[in-house]
Amino acid sequence: MTLDQLPLGQSAVVTAVGGQGALRRRLLDMGITPKTEVLMRKKAPLGDPVEICLRGYELTLRLEDARSIEIRRVEK
Amino acid sequence: MSMVFALAGNQNCGKTTLFNQLTGSHQHVGNFPGVTVERKEGQIKDHPGCEVVDLPGIYSLSPYTAEEIVTRDFLMNEHPDAIINIVDATNIERNLYLTLQLMELQVPMVLALNMMDEVTRSGGSIDVLALARELGIDVVPIVASKGEGVHELVDRTIAAAQEKRVPRKLDFCTGEVHRAIHSISHIIEDHAVRAHIPLRFAATKLVEGDELIFQALGIHEGDKEIIRHIVSDMEQALGTDREAALADMRYDYITALREQAVVKPQATAEQQRSLKIDQVLTHKYFAIPIFLGVMLLVFWLTFSVIGGRLSDWMGVGIEQLTGAVSGALQSAHVSPVLQSLIVDGIFAGVGSVLSFLPIIVVLFFFLSMLEDSGYMARVAFVMDSLLRKIGLSGRSFVPMLIGFGCSVPAIMATRTLPGERDKRMTILLIPFMSCSAKLPIYAVFSAAFFPQNTALFMMGLYVLGIVTGIGAGFLLKNTVFRGNPVPFVMELPAYRLPGLQSTMLHMWQKAKDFIVKAFTIIFLASIAVWFLQNLDFGFNMVTDGSRSMLAALGRFLAPVFRPLGFGNWQSVAALITGLCAKETVVSTFIQLTGAAGTSGLAAALPGLFSPLQAVSFVVFTLLYMPCVAAMAAVRREMGSGLKALGLMAFQTSVAWLMAFLVYTVGLALGF
Repeated sequence: MTLDQLPLGQSAVVTAVGGQGALRRRLLDMGITPKTEVLMRKKAPLGDPVEICLRGYELTLRLEDARSIEIRRVEK
Repeated sequence: MSMVFALAGNQNCGKTTLFNQLTGSHQHVGNFPGVTVERKEGQIKDHPGCEVVDLPGIYSLSPYTAEEIVTRDFLMNEHPDAIINIVDATNIERNLYLTLQLMELQVPMVLALNMMDEVTRSGGSIDVLALARELGIDVVPIVASKGEGVHELVDRTIAAAQEKRVPRKLDFCTGEVHRAIHSISHIIEDHAVRAHIPLRFAATKLVEGDELIFQALGIHEGDKEIIRHIVSDMEQALGTDREAALADMRYDYITALREQAVVKPQATAEQQRSLKIDQVLTHKYFAIPIFLGVMLLVFWLTFSVIGGRLSDWMGVGIEQLTGAVSGALQSAHVSPVLQSLIVDGIFAGVGSVLSFLPIIVVLFFFLSMLEDSGYMARVAFVMDSLLRKIGLSGRSFVPMLIGFGCSVPAIMATRTLPGERDKRMTILLIPFMSCSAKLPIYAVFSAAFFPQNTALFMMGLYVLGIVTGIGAGFLLKNTVFRGNPVPFVMELPAYRLPGLQSTMLHMWQKAKDFIVKAFTIIFLASIAVWFLQNLDFGFNMVTDGSRSMLAALGRFLAPVFRPLGFGNWQSVAALITGLCAKETVVSTFIQLTGAAGTSGLAAALPGLFSPLQAVSFVVFTLLYMPCVAAMAAVRREMGSGLKALGLMAFQTSVAWLMAFLVYTVGLALGF
């Protein structure tokens, strides 16, 4: 599944980062690399973008961009 | 001994606070050449000859944003004696990612580990010695907000620079990547020496596929082909692509390093507090009302309570000064022409703009507090989905909102936006947000033509401005600004109390900016308008306004406005003087109609306009090019006079079209 489908409050591990160019590089630079654990923190009031927690900090990105991040759910 | 240090680090890691601690108030602000990325530099306190340059806050040395490119160029071309890399200790993993890239540049470097107090207070610890040993650079724990550790940081940086101690070449690469970097290093060694680019940095960037480095090295096709082969072999062996491979490896190295040197609780007290605050501030239902409340409070405090009152006092002060100067000139028997130029031209013109200064300073006080506290990032988060439709991101929301107060600070506030494209597009749209200086114009026209429907008339104008802005946004997004926006992948930093020193320095810089503008561009514009208003073409003083150069210019330009319904020269003359400051439109009308004050003008205006023509005129006034103060801000923030002229033409064309539309449709409907 992809990151945009991760329900609120759930965690997952990144398996692959798609997309291209500046966006993809930005995602990688911000620490969204394979094996990284991410937590879906909340959705913005208008439903988009979302806030995720990874590597001990909070990051916001748009659903459209989250769609290019492949994840695997982890049960906690 | 003269040295230059570069201060580099992520956004939100306390870089500006450290810079202020290092330099005190000895700062100068400019731009990096060719782009509007801010370049701040200053002398280090108690260390004459030691300069520090504050580089933009970045997360990586990738070649995608202007901020990253100027940082790279500065570090490679201007050869600083050392890099001070500031790292947020509470968020050490992501911060070290930039550190690893900076180390590749092989410039002496010291790591400033900021916010160490927050880490220790919440039961965490960082083994500074282990970190230093692993990275091969000095690591100094600091608390920038309190100035702790800053002295030691400076001493260590100077020592590292004097000893020319470069960071260790980390062998964090595993097999395949390591091999690729080595093979490429062999091929490009001579090129790198010739181009003065550190070999290791160049090789790594080529593995990543960095076009700018390819160009800088001047590698010919044959070698390029070999490099491409090396990289594609590497990609195949790893089963991933070049960019992911390197990012992945850097983060793997950091994870291992963190496990070795960092004991961190789940989250620091500040981070936990932030989550609690966000439960309210970015709440599903409360977020937007709270944001509107905050902005209303800021506007109310700025425009009526604090700034407004200070502005009034300043106005009174300027008036008295003007009176005193006028009296002095009279008793010195200076010629009446010169008296009028000084008093009615310069003092009135510069004075009316200068009385805005308190409002701008107070507004920036609040904005800087909101920015430094971390709330602005939340605003961008909450509002992003609205602005995305016109090709911008949530970060542009606040500057646009400030546009309703005054375009000048709004345009100045675009400085914090990443990416030239977003910045320019936001600047182009800001003037459509009806600024407060236009209110007196609306008020007098509404009193003259629609005394029963004042609220509706005002509302309609504001909405029209916003709708036109949205329309213009769509137009720009699909034409001039078709390029890729900066990806909206943004950190939400922990909330922190803003430091008073930073806020004060920020205010002072904005005030200085504005004062310089008032005494250069606005000064000249005031003189020009005075000449137009008071002289005829023989350079004789006129007593009758209709014989001035301004009137002649008005008559000359009037045909352009005839299709909009207001082809009288008085309106055109008012629009011209309105360029100095929009509220001047009203005073010009008063002067030209000989009316007694605004109430007299309200009675006189129906002699010049039919109601429909009046609406058309007000619509044009709402949308046409901003005042000279705003134009000066545009020129500065866009870094080009030509682009400012482009904005002028764009706004005025849009205004003409909209007024034409209103007038034609109005006529067709029988008004």
